[in-house]
Amino acid sequence: MEAIFALAVGIMAGAGIYLILRPRTFQVIIGLSLLAYAVNLFIFAMGRLRHGAPPVIDPRLGSDPALYTDPLPQALVLTAIVIGFATTALFLVVLLASRGLNGTDHVDGREPEDE
Amino acid sequence: MSDWLQHLPILPILMPMLTGTLLLLSSDSRHAPRIALSLLAVLFQLAVALALLAQADGQLTSAWPTSIGVYALGGWAAPFGIVLVVDRLAAAMLLLTAILGLAALVYSIARWEKAGVHYLPLFQFLLMGLNGTFLTGDLFNLFVFFEVMLAASYGLALHGSGGPRVRAGLHYVAVNLLASLFFLIAAALIYGVTGTLNLAELPQRVAALNIGDRQLFDVAAAILGVVFLVKAGAWPLNFWLPAAYGNTVPPVGAIFAILTKVGVYALLRIGVLLQESGVAPAPFGGTWLFYCGLITMAIGTLGVLAAQKLDRLAAFLVVVSSGTLLTAFGFTGTLLTGPAIYYLISSVLGSGAFFMLVEMAERNRQQGADLLAISFEAFGMEKRHDSEHPDEMVGVAIPAAMAFLGLSFVSCVLLLTGLPPFSGFVGKFALLGASLASLPHAPLLHVGLFIAGLLLSGLAGLIALSRLGIRVFWDMQRQSPHLQWLEAGPVAALLVVCLWLALLPEAAMAYCAAASQSLYDIGAYIDSVVPQPLPPEIPQ
Repeated sequence: MEAIFALAVGIMAGAGIYLILRPRTFQVIIGLSLLAYAVNLFIFAMGRLRHGAPPVIDPRLGSDPALYTDPLPQALVLTAIVIGFATTALFLVVLLASRGLNGTDHVDGREPEDE
Repeated sequence: MSDWLQHLPILPILMPMLTGTLLLLSSDSRHAPRIALSLLAVLFQLAVALALLAQADGQLTSAWPTSIGVYALGGWAAPFGIVLVVDRLAAAMLLLTAILGLAALVYSIARWEKAGVHYLPLFQFLLMGLNGTFLTGDLFNLFVFFEVMLAASYGLALHGSGGPRVRAGLHYVAVNLLASLFFLIAAALIYGVTGTLNLAELPQRVAALNIGDRQLFDVAAAILGVVFLVKAGAWPLNFWLPAAYGNTVPPVGAIFAILTKVGVYALLRIGVLLQESGVAPAPFGGTWLFYCGLITMAIGTLGVLAAQKLDRLAAFLVVVSSGTLLTAFGFTGTLLTGPAIYYLISSVLGSGAFFMLVEMAERNRQQGADLLAISFEAFGMEKRHDSEHPDEMVGVAIPAAMAFLGLSFVSCVLLLTGLPPFSGFVGKFALLGASLASLPHAPLLHVGLFIAGLLLSGLAGLIALSRLGIRVFWDMQRQSPHLQWLEAGPVAALLVVCLWLALLPEAAMAYCAAASQSLYDIGAYIDSVVPQPLPPEIPQ
């Protein structure tokens, strides 16, 4: 499970970084989203990967902490997802405004001259 | 009474949040009540900040057992619950935010508030984020308040719209979103290794780590340091800053003057906590930070000299002051921290006033007049008005508006370059004195570099400002701009505050020294936040 998880995080982060370095605003925003997914999975993994362990106390299982997974990273991930979602939506608006005002989707607001 | 005082630390966050929400719900057409509400909220924050400052300084009897106030949100004690912490430094930053916020808000009422939608609520949310960052005692909440502040700042940076603003804003948003993702990685890694996000609990947990985990923690701290350096506008992470700050509308530029200082504050707070407990990795403190700050100062100085427009120059001055602060905090020993806090306050107020002044001074001027003037100068093609019409300009009365602008401009120049009689001089003088005083412990090279950097950046600022000032104010071909009291008032008020800081420096200096002292007394900080001794770390 660890290997698959690490691969997923790594591939998404790699693809995200590649896209962020591209010159078109749409590529940048997809890159940022992919990177945000990678980061969210990473936060999740920081609570240690456990299979089939609940994060909240179940009266039938008792109160032994060894039976449960760490609930805090899951709460952090929720917050991070919400904030990431909101800021990405905001970036999308800026992207559209830039496209409308500057007439190009290049990140610098103008096409490079020598091509 | 003491019950009420106990809940004071949450108000700087709660108040702008509620006000911002109310403003969002009310319709734009109810203009006067909205403005009154915003002003009342900021005035209230000012009062709360003053009360907190008095409590932290021991002037006012507080409900806190020590001079550090801890407010447990939700009533859970520190290692489990989330806390807000008020010490002298945090209280001073709150007060600074409130003063600058009030000035910027009053200025924007005159016209800029109408340049787009939702200016007033965004302004409140920005204040909420700023106040939260200064108050929080928890790494993840630091991230959340950073995001609140940044989300509001994205909106404000784009306020007024227009091609160049959106282009600069796009870079600003992209860079800061990336930095936020790095912040998350660092925070998650720190939690994964140490099992805590509470700043006060962190040093003990780190000290108990084994060598493998310790390396992971060092990596996380390095990433965190990079994030704070991005926010602080340190070279080479600050290429987004001059364009983004220079293109905002003036009151937003004024309040943005404090945004870079948030990065500096976070770096200082966490850096000191780790350093004093002997577990600091490289990016926090030491020669590394010193040279980083020095290069930032140099780049900012070059930018100041190269800038052809006043708003861009103002943005580079912000970079210079960030660099100065980072250099001072990276300096060997702790003597420089007190004067640096004083310098921070003075430079934030000064750049805030300057951002607002620039727009008033630039009114009624032709687009690109500065650029033309520079090429005329470079190619020796300056026109000679005076030789053509020798008598015409004799005895022209200076209009009141121009007189005010000129006086304020000269004051700002004196303030920002560190010449008497303004607080910039006192701040720089104290920094120089402290660096010389720490000479036996600090390397001579560092002291020399610091003094040279401080003096040269001031000199360069003076040259650039007087050159651009001559061009803007001795421009014959324009009419005197129309100023409103609402616009002139805040600038004058900020300058008066700086003058007061300079003429009565004892109180402010003593407070800054005490703030620095309590900042370095991490034992008291940790004991106030996490009172009982912790159980030993369970190896994972």
